Amino acid sequence: MSGKFISIEGVARHFPAPGGGRTTVFEDLWLTMQRGEFACIIGHSGCGKTTVLNILAGLDRPSAGVVIVDNQEIDGPSIDRAVIFQSHALLPWRTVLGNVAYAVSSKWRRWRSEEVAAHAQQFIDLVGLTGAERKRPAELSGGMKQRVGIARALSIEPKIMLMDEPFSALDALTRGTLQDEVRRICLTTGQTVFMITHDVDEAIYLADRIVLMTNGPNAVFAEIVDNPLPKDRQRADFHRHPLYYATRNHIIDFLIARSRSFAAEIADTGFDRRHVPVVRPLAEPAPTPAAAVSTSQLRLLNRERTGS
Amino acid sequence: MGRFLALRGAIVSLMLLAGFLFVWHQATRGVAAVQAMSPEYAKLMGAAATQGTSAMPGPLEVGAKLLEHLRRPFYDNGPNDKGIGIQLAYSIARVMTGYLLAVLAALPIGFLIGMSPLMSRALDPFIQVLKPVSPLAWMPLALYTIKDSSLSAIFVIFICSLWPMLINTAFGVASVRREWLNVARTLEVGTLRRAFTIILPAAAPTILTGMRISIGIAWLVIVAAEMLVGGTGIGYFVWNEWNNLSISNVINAILVIGVVGMALDLILARLTRAVTFQE
Repeated sequence: MSGKFISIEGVARHFPAPGGGRTTVFEDLWLTMQRGEFACIIGHSGCGKTTVLNILAGLDRPSAGVVIVDNQEIDGPSIDRAVIFQSHALLPWRTVLGNVAYAVSSKWRRWRSEEVAAHAQQFIDLVGLTGAERKRPAELSGGMKQRVGIARALSIEPKIMLMDEPFSALDALTRGTLQDEVRRICLTTGQTVFMITHDVDEAIYLADRIVLMTNGPNAVFAEIVDNPLPKDRQRADFHRHPLYYATRNHIIDFLIARSRSFAAEIADTGFDRRHVPVVRPLAEPAPTPAAAVSTSQLRLLNRERTGS
Repeated sequence: MGRFLALRGAIVSLMLLAGFLFVWHQATRGVAAVQAMSPEYAKLMGAAATQGTSAMPGPLEVGAKLLEHLRRPFYDNGPNDKGIGIQLAYSIARVMTGYLLAVLAALPIGFLIGMSPLMSRALDPFIQVLKPVSPLAWMPLALYTIKDSSLSAIFVIFICSLWPMLINTAFGVASVRREWLNVARTLEVGTLRRAFTIILPAAAPTILTGMRISIGIAWLVIVAAEMLVGGTGIGYFVWNEWNNLSISNVINAILVIGVVGMALDLILARLTRAVTFQE
Protein backbone atom coordinates (compact mmCIF):
# COMPACT_ATOMS: atom_id res chain seq x y z
CA MET A 1 0.00 0.00 0.00
CA SER A 2 2.97 2.30 0.51
CA GLY A 3 3.22 3.52 -3.08
CA LYS A 4 -0.41 4.54 -3.46
CA PHE A 5 -0.93 8.13 -2.43
CA ILE A 6 -3.61 8.74 -5.02
CA SER A 7 -5.62 5.90 -6.46
CA ILE A 8 -8.20 6.28 -9.17
CA GLU A 9 -10.24 3.07 -9.09
CA GLY A 10 -12.67 2.18 -11.83
CA VAL A 11 -13.89 5.71 -12.31
CA ALA A 12 -16.56 6.43 -14.94
CA ARG A 13 -18.38 9.56 -15.97
CA HIS A 14 -21.57 9.60 -18.04
CA PHE A 15 -23.59 12.52 -19.25
CA PRO A 16 -27.19 12.31 -20.37
CA ALA A 17 -27.14 12.55 -24.15
CA PRO A 18 -29.65 14.70 -26.00
CA GLY A 19 -32.55 12.50 -27.13
CA GLY A 20 -32.28 9.92 -24.35
CA GLY A 21 -29.43 7.53 -23.66
CA ARG A 22 -26.11 8.67 -22.29
CA THR A 23 -22.68 9.66 -23.45
CA THR A 24 -19.81 7.90 -21.76
CA VAL A 25 -16.89 10.28 -21.43
CA PHE A 26 -14.80 7.48 -19.99
CA GLU A 27 -15.32 4.42 -17.87
CA ASP A 28 -13.25 2.03 -15.81
CA LEU A 29 -10.24 4.32 -15.41
CA TRP A 30 -7.46 3.10 -13.12
CA LEU A 31 -4.39 5.03 -12.09
CA THR A 32 -2.17 5.32 -9.05
CA MET A 33 0.25 8.05 -8.07
CA GLN A 34 2.91 8.20 -5.41
CA ARG A 35 3.54 10.94 -2.92
CA GLY A 36 5.78 13.64 -4.36
CA GLU A 37 5.16 12.54 -7.92
CA PHE A 38 4.57 14.96 -10.78
CA ALA A 39 2.16 13.44 -13.29
CA CYS A 40 1.00 15.03 -16.52
CA ILE A 41 -2.00 13.85 -18.43
CA ILE A 42 -1.94 14.51 -22.12
CA GLY A 43 -4.61 13.97 -24.73
CA HIS A 44 -6.76 15.75 -27.26
CA SER A 45 -9.41 18.30 -26.40
CA GLY A 46 -12.67 16.73 -25.32
CA CYS A 47 -11.20 13.44 -24.17
CA GLY A 48 -12.23 14.08 -20.58
CA LYS A 49 -8.96 15.26 -19.01
CA THR A 50 -10.63 18.14 -17.25
CA THR A 51 -13.40 15.84 -16.01
CA VAL A 52 -10.77 13.57 -14.43
CA LEU A 53 -9.19 16.61 -12.77
CA ASN A 54 -12.53 17.90 -11.55
CA ILE A 55 -13.31 14.52 -10.04
CA LEU A 56 -9.93 14.57 -8.29
CA ALA A 57 -10.72 18.09 -7.07
CA GLY A 58 -14.14 16.96 -5.85
CA LEU A 59 -15.88 19.54 -8.04
CA ASP A 60 -17.42 16.76 -10.12
CA ARG A 61 -18.58 13.34 -9.00
CA PRO A 62 -17.79 10.11 -10.82
CA SER A 63 -20.79 8.15 -12.10
CA ALA A 64 -19.06 5.00 -10.88
CA GLY A 65 -15.85 4.11 -9.09
CA VAL A 66 -13.92 5.92 -6.39
CA VAL A 67 -10.86 8.06 -5.99
CA ILE A 68 -8.77 7.53 -2.88
CA VAL A 69 -6.32 10.14 -1.68
CA ASP A 70 -4.11 9.42 1.32
CA ASN A 71 -6.30 6.45 2.30
CA GLN A 72 -9.49 8.50 2.18
CA GLU A 73 -12.20 8.38 -0.41
CA ILE A 74 -12.85 11.73 -2.07
CA ASP A 75 -16.24 13.10 -1.12
CA GLY A 76 -16.50 16.64 -2.40
CA PRO A 77 -13.88 19.37 -2.59
CA SER A 78 -11.22 19.62 0.07
CA ILE A 79 -8.73 22.27 1.06
CA ASP A 80 -6.09 19.52 0.96
CA ARG A 81 -6.37 19.52 -2.82
CA ALA A 82 -5.57 22.87 -4.35
CA VAL A 83 -6.71 23.65 -7.88
CA ILE A 84 -4.95 25.99 -10.27
CA PHE A 85 -7.55 26.96 -12.83
CA GLN A 86 -6.79 27.55 -16.48
CA SER A 87 -8.60 30.89 -16.25
CA HIS A 88 -6.72 31.72 -13.01
CA ALA A 89 -10.09 32.43 -11.27
CA LEU A 90 -8.82 35.29 -9.12
CA LEU A 91 -11.37 37.37 -7.23
CA PRO A 92 -11.22 40.69 -9.12
CA TRP A 93 -12.37 42.81 -6.18
CA ARG A 94 -9.47 41.65 -4.02
CA THR A 95 -5.83 42.63 -4.29
CA VAL A 96 -3.04 40.13 -4.92
CA LEU A 97 -2.44 39.89 -1.19
CA GLY A 98 -6.20 39.70 -0.58
CA ASN A 99 -6.58 36.79 -2.97
CA VAL A 100 -3.79 34.76 -1.36
CA ALA A 101 -4.89 35.77 2.14
CA TYR A 102 -8.41 34.59 1.38
CA ALA A 103 -7.09 31.08 0.81
CA VAL A 104 -4.80 31.25 3.86
CA SER A 105 -7.60 32.40 6.16
CA SER A 106 -9.85 29.67 4.76
CA LYS A 107 -7.35 27.04 5.84
CA TRP A 108 -6.31 28.51 9.19
CA ARG A 109 -9.49 30.17 10.39
CA ARG A 110 -8.23 31.13 13.82
CA TRP A 111 -5.15 32.98 12.61
CA ARG A 112 -4.92 36.68 13.29
CA SER A 113 -4.85 38.90 10.22
CA GLU A 114 -1.14 39.71 10.66
CA GLU A 115 -0.31 36.01 10.68
CA VAL A 116 -2.43 35.48 7.57
CA ALA A 117 -0.80 38.40 5.77
CA ALA A 118 2.72 37.28 6.71
CA HIS A 119 2.05 33.73 5.51
CA ALA A 120 0.49 35.00 2.26
CA GLN A 121 3.40 37.37 1.72
CA GLN A 122 5.84 34.47 1.93
CA PHE A 123 4.17 32.78 -1.05
CA ILE A 124 3.80 36.01 -3.01
CA ASP A 125 7.58 36.39 -2.62
CA LEU A 126 8.07 32.76 -3.66
CA VAL A 127 6.37 33.29 -7.04
CA GLY A 128 8.24 36.56 -7.57
CA LEU A 129 5.39 39.03 -7.14
CA THR A 130 6.99 41.06 -4.35
CA GLY A 131 5.91 44.67 -4.78
CA ALA A 132 2.63 43.86 -6.53
CA GLU A 133 0.72 42.90 -3.35
CA ARG A 134 -1.62 45.88 -3.49
CA LYS A 135 -2.49 45.52 -7.18
CA ARG A 136 -5.80 44.15 -8.34
CA PRO A 137 -5.99 41.32 -10.90
CA ALA A 138 -7.15 43.73 -13.63
CA GLU A 139 -3.81 45.55 -13.32
CA LEU A 140 -1.75 42.38 -13.82
CA SER A 141 -0.53 40.66 -16.96
CA GLY A 142 -1.67 37.11 -17.74
CA GLY A 143 1.55 35.63 -16.40
CA MET A 144 1.33 37.59 -13.16
CA LYS A 145 -2.30 36.53 -12.66
CA GLN A 146 -1.30 32.89 -13.02
CA ARG A 147 1.52 33.45 -10.52
CA VAL A 148 -1.07 34.69 -8.05
CA GLY A 149 -3.08 31.54 -8.75
CA ILE A 150 0.02 29.43 -8.04
CA ALA A 151 0.80 31.39 -4.86
CA ARG A 152 -2.79 30.94 -3.70
CA ALA A 153 -2.65 27.19 -4.33
CA LEU A 154 0.74 26.76 -2.64
CA SER A 155 -0.11 28.96 0.33
CA ILE A 156 -2.56 26.45 1.76
CA GLU A 157 0.18 23.79 1.69
CA PRO A 158 -2.01 21.23 -0.07
CA LYS A 159 -1.40 17.50 -0.27
CA ILE A 160 -1.94 17.63 -4.01
CA MET A 161 -1.87 20.38 -6.56
CA LEU A 162 -4.24 19.97 -9.48
CA MET A 163 -3.38 22.10 -12.48
CA ASP A 164 -5.70 22.43 -15.45
CA GLU A 165 -3.60 23.66 -18.37
CA PRO A 166 -2.21 26.41 -16.17
CA PHE A 167 0.10 27.90 -18.78
CA SER A 168 -1.90 27.48 -21.96
CA ALA A 169 -3.13 31.08 -22.04
CA LEU A 170 0.38 32.52 -21.69
CA ASP A 171 2.95 33.57 -24.25
CA ALA A 172 5.90 31.23 -24.80
CA LEU A 173 8.44 33.28 -22.81
CA THR A 174 6.24 33.69 -19.74
CA ARG A 175 5.25 30.04 -19.97
CA GLY A 176 8.90 28.99 -19.87
CA THR A 177 9.67 31.12 -16.83
CA LEU A 178 6.62 29.88 -14.95
CA GLN A 179 7.42 26.25 -15.78
CA ASP A 180 10.90 26.78 -14.34
CA GLU A 181 9.44 28.22 -11.17
CA VAL A 182 6.80 25.55 -10.76
CA ARG A 183 9.49 22.89 -11.24
CA ARG A 184 11.82 24.56 -8.74
CA ILE A 185 9.05 24.92 -6.15
CA CYS A 186 7.76 21.38 -6.61
CA LEU A 187 11.24 19.87 -6.37
CA THR A 188 12.10 21.77 -3.19
CA THR A 189 8.74 21.14 -1.48
CA GLY A 190 8.18 17.59 -2.75
CA GLN A 191 4.72 18.61 -3.89
CA THR A 192 2.49 15.99 -5.48
CA VAL A 193 1.13 17.41 -8.72
CA PHE A 194 -1.46 16.24 -11.21
CA MET A 195 -1.41 18.43 -14.30
CA ILE A 196 -3.28 18.59 -17.58
CA THR A 197 -1.41 19.85 -20.59
CA HIS A 198 -1.44 19.94 -24.37
CA ASP A 199 2.21 20.76 -24.62
CA VAL A 200 4.49 17.74 -25.10
CA ASP A 201 7.69 19.60 -24.16
CA GLU A 202 6.04 20.95 -21.03
CA ALA A 203 5.09 17.42 -20.04
CA ILE A 204 8.60 16.07 -20.63
CA TYR A 205 10.23 18.94 -18.78
CA LEU A 206 7.94 18.86 -15.74
CA ALA A 207 6.53 15.39 -15.29
CA ASP A 208 7.92 12.22 -13.78
CA ARG A 209 5.22 10.23 -15.54
CA ILE A 210 3.11 11.19 -18.53
CA VAL A 211 -0.31 9.60 -18.83
CA LEU A 212 -1.52 9.27 -22.42
CA MET A 213 -5.27 9.46 -22.82
CA THR A 214 -7.13 8.38 -25.96
CA ASN A 215 -9.79 10.45 -27.69
CA GLY A 216 -13.27 10.49 -26.26
CA PRO A 217 -15.96 9.39 -25.97
CA ASN A 218 -15.08 6.18 -24.14
CA ALA A 219 -11.58 7.47 -23.50
CA VAL A 220 -9.04 5.29 -21.71
CA PHE A 221 -5.62 5.77 -20.17
CA ALA A 222 -3.62 4.07 -22.92
CA GLU A 223 -0.09 4.19 -21.58
CA ILE A 224 2.00 5.71 -18.89
CA VAL A 225 5.28 7.06 -20.20
CA ASP A 226 7.93 6.84 -17.53
CA ASN A 227 10.07 9.91 -18.14
CA PRO A 228 13.60 8.62 -18.78
CA LEU A 229 15.22 12.04 -18.37
CA PRO A 230 17.24 12.60 -15.18
CA LYS A 231 15.48 14.31 -12.28
CA ASP A 232 17.97 17.19 -12.34
CA ARG A 233 17.23 18.09 -15.98
CA GLN A 234 17.69 21.73 -16.93
CA ARG A 235 15.61 23.76 -19.34
CA ALA A 236 18.75 24.81 -21.22
CA ASP A 237 19.76 21.31 -22.28
CA PHE A 238 17.04 18.77 -21.51
CA HIS A 239 16.19 18.61 -25.20
CA ARG A 240 19.75 17.43 -25.94
CA HIS A 241 19.41 14.37 -23.75
CA PRO A 242 19.76 11.20 -25.86
CA LEU A 243 16.34 10.00 -24.73
CA TYR A 244 14.54 13.29 -25.25
CA TYR A 245 13.54 12.66 -28.86
CA ALA A 246 12.62 9.06 -28.26
CA THR A 247 10.22 10.22 -25.55
CA ARG A 248 8.90 13.14 -27.53
CA ASN A 249 8.38 11.09 -30.66
CA HIS A 250 6.61 8.40 -28.75
CA ILE A 251 4.15 10.91 -27.30
CA ILE A 252 3.63 12.72 -30.60
CA ASP A 253 3.09 9.44 -32.43
CA PHE A 254 0.44 8.65 -29.88
CA LEU A 255 -1.27 12.01 -30.18
CA ILE A 256 -1.29 12.04 -33.95
CA ALA A 257 -2.31 8.48 -34.72
CA ARG A 258 -2.68 6.05 -31.87
CA SER A 259 -4.99 8.23 -29.72
CA ARG A 260 -7.60 7.78 -32.44
CA SER A 261 -7.01 4.15 -33.35
CA PHE A 262 -6.20 2.84 -29.89
CA ALA A 263 -9.45 0.88 -29.59
CA ALA A 264 -8.54 -1.12 -32.71
CA GLU A 265 -4.95 -1.52 -31.50
CA ILE A 266 -6.00 -3.26 -28.30
CA ALA A 267 -9.00 -5.08 -29.76
CA ASP A 268 -7.72 -8.63 -29.24
CA THR A 269 -4.82 -8.08 -26.87
CA GLY A 270 -6.63 -8.38 -23.57
CA PHE A 271 -5.70 -4.82 -22.60
CA ASP A 272 -5.93 -4.55 -18.82
CA ARG A 273 -7.36 -1.19 -17.81
CA ARG A 274 -6.44 -1.85 -14.19
CA HIS A 275 -2.77 -2.12 -15.07
CA VAL A 276 -2.07 0.48 -17.69
CA PRO A 277 1.20 -0.46 -19.45
CA VAL A 278 4.19 1.61 -18.41
CA VAL A 279 6.50 2.53 -21.28
CA ARG A 280 10.05 3.73 -20.91
CA PRO A 281 11.35 5.06 -24.21
CA LEU A 282 14.70 3.64 -25.26
CA ALA A 283 17.55 5.42 -26.91
CA GLU A 284 17.57 5.45 -30.67
CA PRO A 285 20.94 4.70 -32.27
CA ALA A 286 22.98 7.72 -31.18
CA PRO A 287 21.79 10.57 -33.36
CA THR A 288 23.50 13.92 -33.47
CA PRO A 289 21.16 16.65 -32.27
CA ALA A 290 20.77 18.06 -35.77
CA ALA A 291 20.03 14.68 -37.31
CA ALA A 292 17.52 13.90 -34.58
CA VAL A 293 15.54 16.97 -35.46
CA SER A 294 15.42 16.18 -39.13
CA THR A 295 14.54 12.49 -38.79
CA SER A 296 11.87 13.11 -36.20
CA GLN A 297 10.36 15.84 -38.31
CA LEU A 298 10.43 13.60 -41.31
CA ARG A 299 8.74 10.81 -39.43
CA LEU A 300 6.20 13.23 -38.07
CA LEU A 301 5.38 14.38 -41.58
CA ASN A 302 5.06 10.80 -42.76
CA ARG A 303 2.76 9.99 -39.92
CA GLU A 304 0.56 12.91 -40.74
CA ARG A 305 0.43 11.99 -44.38
CA THR A 306 -0.45 8.37 -43.78
CA GLY A 307 -2.67 9.17 -40.83
CA SER A 308 -4.99 11.59 -42.62
CA MET B 1 -10.39 67.69 -25.06
CA GLY B 2 -12.75 66.20 -22.45
CA ARG B 3 -12.71 69.36 -20.35
CA PHE B 4 -13.17 71.50 -23.42
CA LEU B 5 -16.21 69.48 -24.43
CA ALA B 6 -17.66 69.80 -20.92
CA LEU B 7 -17.20 73.56 -21.07
CA ARG B 8 -18.87 73.79 -24.47
CA GLY B 9 -21.71 71.63 -23.20
CA ALA B 10 -22.20 73.93 -20.23
CA ILE B 11 -22.28 76.98 -22.49
CA VAL B 12 -24.91 75.43 -24.75
CA SER B 13 -26.94 74.42 -21.67
CA LEU B 14 -26.89 77.99 -20.39
CA MET B 15 -27.91 79.30 -23.80
CA LEU B 16 -30.83 76.88 -23.97
CA LEU B 17 -31.90 77.92 -20.48
CA ALA B 18 -31.69 81.59 -21.37
CA GLY B 19 -33.71 80.98 -24.55
CA PHE B 20 -36.36 79.08 -22.62
CA LEU B 21 -36.61 81.77 -19.94
CA PHE B 22 -36.89 84.48 -22.60
CA VAL B 23 -39.71 82.69 -24.43
CA TRP B 24 -41.45 82.05 -21.12
CA HIS B 25 -41.10 85.68 -20.10
CA GLN B 26 -42.42 86.90 -23.43
CA ALA B 27 -45.34 84.51 -23.39
CA THR B 28 -46.54 85.50 -19.93
CA ARG B 29 -45.91 89.27 -20.15
CA GLY B 30 -49.60 89.98 -20.63
CA VAL B 31 -50.40 92.24 -23.56
CA ALA B 32 -54.06 91.24 -23.89
CA ALA B 33 -56.61 94.03 -24.06
CA VAL B 34 -58.41 94.91 -20.83
CA GLN B 35 -62.13 94.59 -21.16
CA ALA B 36 -64.46 97.20 -19.76
CA MET B 37 -66.82 95.71 -17.16
CA SER B 38 -68.74 96.70 -14.11
CA PRO B 39 -66.74 96.60 -10.83
CA GLU B 40 -69.02 93.89 -9.39
CA TYR B 41 -68.39 91.68 -12.40
CA ALA B 42 -64.68 92.46 -12.37
CA LYS B 43 -64.39 91.07 -8.83
CA LEU B 44 -65.58 87.73 -10.11
CA MET B 45 -63.09 87.68 -12.94
CA GLY B 46 -59.42 86.76 -12.83
CA ALA B 47 -56.48 89.06 -13.35
CA ALA B 48 -56.21 88.00 -16.98
CA ALA B 49 -59.47 89.70 -17.83
CA THR B 50 -59.23 92.76 -15.59
CA GLN B 51 -55.53 93.74 -15.76
CA GLY B 52 -54.43 92.08 -18.97
CA THR B 53 -51.72 90.00 -17.18
CA SER B 54 -51.46 86.23 -17.69
CA ALA B 55 -52.55 83.86 -14.92
CA MET B 56 -49.41 81.89 -15.72
CA PRO B 57 -46.58 83.42 -13.68
CA GLY B 58 -43.49 84.56 -15.51
CA PRO B 59 -39.93 83.49 -14.70
CA LEU B 60 -39.27 86.58 -12.60
CA GLU B 61 -42.29 85.92 -10.41
CA VAL B 62 -41.33 82.27 -9.97
CA GLY B 63 -37.74 83.25 -9.25
CA ALA B 64 -38.85 85.72 -6.58
CA LYS B 65 -41.01 83.03 -4.97
CA LEU B 66 -38.10 80.58 -5.09
CA LEU B 67 -35.85 83.06 -3.30
CA GLU B 68 -38.55 83.47 -0.68
CA HIS B 69 -38.69 79.69 -0.18
CA LEU B 70 -34.94 79.38 -0.02
CA ARG B 71 -34.73 82.18 2.53
CA ARG B 72 -37.30 80.59 4.84
CA PRO B 73 -37.43 76.87 4.01
CA PHE B 74 -38.49 75.65 7.46
CA TYR B 75 -41.27 77.95 8.71
CA ASP B 76 -44.39 76.35 10.09
CA ASN B 77 -47.60 78.35 10.21
CA GLY B 78 -49.92 75.44 10.79
CA PRO B 79 -51.10 72.46 8.75
CA ASN B 80 -51.66 74.26 5.46
CA ASP B 81 -48.70 76.62 5.48
CA LYS B 82 -45.35 74.99 6.01
CA GLY B 83 -41.99 75.81 4.45
CA ILE B 84 -40.96 73.82 1.40
CA GLY B 85 -37.96 72.43 3.35
CA ILE B 86 -40.26 70.87 5.95
CA GLN B 87 -42.44 69.34 3.24
CA LEU B 88 -39.37 67.92 1.48
CA ALA B 89 -38.07 66.53 4.75
CA TYR B 90 -41.36 64.69 5.30
CA SER B 91 -41.21 63.21 1.81
CA ILE B 92 -37.55 62.20 2.08
CA ALA B 93 -38.19 60.60 5.48
CA ARG B 94 -41.08 58.55 4.04
CA VAL B 95 -39.07 57.51 1.00
CA MET B 96 -36.08 56.52 3.13
CA THR B 97 -38.20 54.48 5.56
CA GLY B 98 -40.08 52.61 2.85
CA TYR B 99 -36.92 52.19 0.78
CA LEU B 100 -34.80 50.84 3.63
CA LEU B 101 -37.54 48.41 4.60
CA ALA B 102 -37.58 47.28 0.97
CA VAL B 103 -33.78 46.80 1.06
CA LEU B 104 -34.12 44.69 4.19
CA ALA B 105 -36.71 42.50 2.47
CA ALA B 106 -35.33 42.41 -1.07
CA LEU B 107 -31.70 41.48 -0.31
CA PRO B 108 -32.35 38.29 1.68
CA ILE B 109 -35.22 37.18 -0.57
CA GLY B 110 -33.15 38.01 -3.65
CA PHE B 111 -30.26 35.94 -2.27
CA LEU B 112 -32.63 33.06 -1.61
CA ILE B 113 -34.04 33.21 -5.13
CA GLY B 114 -30.60 33.58 -6.67
CA MET B 115 -29.07 30.68 -4.73
CA SER B 116 -31.96 28.24 -4.86
CA PRO B 117 -33.38 27.23 -8.24
CA LEU B 118 -36.36 25.74 -6.38
CA MET B 119 -37.29 28.99 -4.64
CA SER B 120 -36.65 30.85 -7.86
CA ARG B 121 -39.29 28.75 -9.59
CA ALA B 122 -41.65 28.83 -6.63
CA LEU B 123 -41.63 32.61 -6.17
CA ASP B 124 -41.49 33.56 -9.83
CA PRO B 125 -45.29 33.58 -10.47
CA PHE B 126 -45.93 35.85 -7.47
CA ILE B 127 -43.25 38.30 -8.56
CA GLN B 128 -44.44 38.29 -12.16
CA VAL B 129 -48.04 39.07 -11.11
CA LEU B 130 -47.28 41.65 -8.42
CA LYS B 131 -44.46 43.51 -10.18
CA PRO B 132 -46.58 45.22 -12.88
CA VAL B 133 -49.21 46.45 -10.38
CA SER B 134 -49.11 50.23 -10.04
CA PRO B 135 -47.96 50.96 -6.50
CA LEU B 136 -50.91 53.33 -5.99
CA ALA B 137 -53.32 50.44 -6.55
CA TRP B 138 -52.16 49.18 -3.15
CA MET B 139 -53.20 52.41 -1.47
CA PRO B 140 -56.84 51.57 -0.59
CA LEU B 141 -55.80 48.18 0.73
CA ALA B 142 -53.04 49.79 2.76
CA LEU B 143 -55.36 52.49 4.11
CA TYR B 144 -57.91 49.88 5.14
CA THR B 145 -55.47 47.51 6.83
CA ILE B 146 -52.93 49.95 8.29
CA LYS B 147 -55.51 52.65 9.09
CA ASP B 148 -52.87 55.37 8.98
CA SER B 149 -52.39 57.50 5.89
CA SER B 150 -48.73 58.32 6.56
CA LEU B 151 -47.81 54.66 7.13
CA SER B 152 -49.79 53.72 4.02
CA ALA B 153 -47.61 56.06 1.96
CA ILE B 154 -44.53 54.35 3.39
CA PHE B 155 -46.01 50.98 2.50
CA VAL B 156 -46.58 52.14 -1.07
CA ILE B 157 -42.94 53.23 -1.28
CA PHE B 158 -41.89 49.88 0.14
CA ILE B 159 -43.87 47.91 -2.41
CA CYS B 160 -42.71 49.96 -5.40
CA SER B 161 -39.00 49.87 -4.46
CA LEU B 162 -39.10 46.16 -3.74
CA TRP B 163 -39.29 44.70 -7.23
CA PRO B 164 -36.27 46.17 -9.05
CA MET B 165 -34.04 45.40 -6.05
CA LEU B 166 -35.43 41.90 -5.68
CA ILE B 167 -35.06 41.03 -9.34
CA ASN B 168 -31.58 42.53 -9.66
CA THR B 169 -30.35 40.86 -6.49
CA ALA B 170 -31.66 37.48 -7.64
CA PHE B 171 -30.10 37.95 -11.06
CA GLY B 172 -26.78 39.16 -9.66
CA VAL B 173 -26.57 36.28 -7.21
CA ALA B 174 -27.56 33.68 -9.79
CA SER B 175 -24.99 34.87 -12.31
CA VAL B 176 -21.91 34.87 -10.07
CA ARG B 177 -19.14 33.29 -12.12
CA ARG B 178 -18.90 29.54 -11.61
CA GLU B 179 -15.11 29.67 -11.24
CA TRP B 180 -15.35 32.01 -8.24
CA LEU B 181 -17.79 29.64 -6.58
CA ASN B 182 -15.42 26.78 -7.38
CA VAL B 183 -12.61 28.68 -5.67
CA ALA B 184 -14.79 28.86 -2.56
CA ARG B 185 -15.68 25.18 -2.86
CA THR B 186 -12.09 24.00 -3.18
CA LEU B 187 -11.18 26.15 -0.17
CA GLU B 188 -14.05 24.56 1.81
CA VAL B 189 -15.60 27.96 2.54
CA GLY B 190 -18.90 27.65 4.44
CA THR B 191 -22.23 28.85 3.06
CA LEU B 192 -22.46 32.03 5.11
CA ARG B 193 -18.85 33.05 4.50
CA ARG B 194 -19.30 32.27 0.81
CA ALA B 195 -22.39 34.48 0.66
CA PHE B 196 -20.55 37.43 2.20
CA THR B 197 -17.08 37.05 0.69
CA ILE B 198 -17.81 35.76 -2.81
CA ILE B 199 -21.43 36.23 -3.81
CA LEU B 200 -22.07 39.63 -2.22
CA PRO B 201 -19.01 41.38 -3.71
CA ALA B 202 -19.54 39.67 -7.06
CA ALA B 203 -23.22 40.63 -7.23
CA ALA B 204 -22.86 44.06 -5.59
CA PRO B 205 -22.74 46.09 -8.84
CA THR B 206 -25.94 44.43 -10.09
CA ILE B 207 -27.64 44.80 -6.71
CA LEU B 208 -26.78 48.48 -6.51
CA THR B 209 -28.04 49.06 -10.03
CA GLY B 210 -31.37 47.66 -8.85
CA MET B 211 -31.25 49.92 -5.80
CA ARG B 212 -30.63 52.89 -8.05
CA ILE B 213 -33.66 52.07 -10.19
CA SER B 214 -35.71 51.62 -7.01
CA ILE B 215 -34.85 54.98 -5.48
CA GLY B 216 -35.86 56.66 -8.75
CA ILE B 217 -39.23 54.91 -8.76
CA ALA B 218 -39.75 55.60 -5.04
CA TRP B 219 -39.19 59.31 -5.58
CA LEU B 220 -41.62 59.30 -8.51
CA VAL B 221 -44.28 57.53 -6.49
CA ILE B 222 -44.02 59.54 -3.27
CA VAL B 223 -45.41 62.66 -4.97
CA ALA B 224 -48.49 60.81 -6.20
CA ALA B 225 -48.91 58.99 -2.90
CA GLU B 226 -48.77 62.20 -0.88
CA MET B 227 -51.27 63.87 -3.19
CA LEU B 228 -53.64 61.06 -2.21
CA VAL B 229 -52.97 60.81 1.51
CA GLY B 230 -52.52 64.55 2.09
CA GLY B 231 -51.35 66.21 5.27
CA THR B 232 -47.65 66.69 4.72
CA GLY B 233 -44.97 66.14 2.12
CA ILE B 234 -43.96 67.67 -1.17
CA GLY B 235 -46.73 65.86 -3.05
CA TYR B 236 -49.31 67.31 -0.71
CA PHE B 237 -47.64 70.72 -1.11
CA VAL B 238 -48.07 70.57 -4.90
CA TRP B 239 -51.74 69.67 -4.63
CA ASN B 240 -52.37 72.26 -1.91
CA GLU B 241 -50.77 75.02 -3.96
CA TRP B 242 -52.90 73.95 -6.93
CA ASN B 243 -55.95 74.37 -4.73
CA ASN B 244 -54.56 77.80 -3.74
CA LEU B 245 -54.10 78.51 -7.47
CA SER B 246 -50.48 79.41 -6.78
CA ILE B 247 -48.88 78.27 -10.00
CA SER B 248 -45.57 79.83 -8.92
CA ASN B 249 -45.39 77.48 -5.98
CA VAL B 250 -46.33 74.50 -8.13
CA ILE B 251 -43.51 75.33 -10.53
CA ASN B 252 -41.08 75.75 -7.65
CA ALA B 253 -42.17 72.42 -6.21
CA ILE B 254 -41.52 70.75 -9.59
CA LEU B 255 -38.06 72.26 -9.57
CA VAL B 256 -37.12 71.05 -6.09
CA ILE B 257 -38.61 67.59 -6.71
CA GLY B 258 -36.32 67.35 -9.72
CA VAL B 259 -33.26 68.51 -7.80
CA VAL B 260 -33.84 66.10 -4.90
CA GLY B 261 -34.47 63.20 -7.31
CA MET B 262 -31.21 63.98 -9.08
CA ALA B 263 -29.34 64.10 -5.76
CA LEU B 264 -30.71 60.70 -4.71
CA ASP B 265 -29.72 59.21 -8.06
CA LEU B 266 -26.22 60.69 -7.81
CA ILE B 267 -25.70 59.17 -4.37
CA LEU B 268 -26.66 55.71 -5.62
CA ALA B 269 -24.53 56.17 -8.74
CA ARG B 270 -21.53 56.95 -6.51
CA LEU B 271 -22.17 53.88 -4.39
CA THR B 272 -22.48 51.72 -7.49
CA ARG B 273 -19.17 52.98 -8.76
CA ALA B 274 -17.56 52.26 -5.40
CA VAL B 275 -18.45 48.54 -5.52
CA THR B 276 -17.86 48.01 -9.24
CA PHE B 277 -14.73 46.00 -9.95
CA GLN B 278 -12.73 45.67 -13.10
CA GLU B 279 -12.20 42.21 -14.45
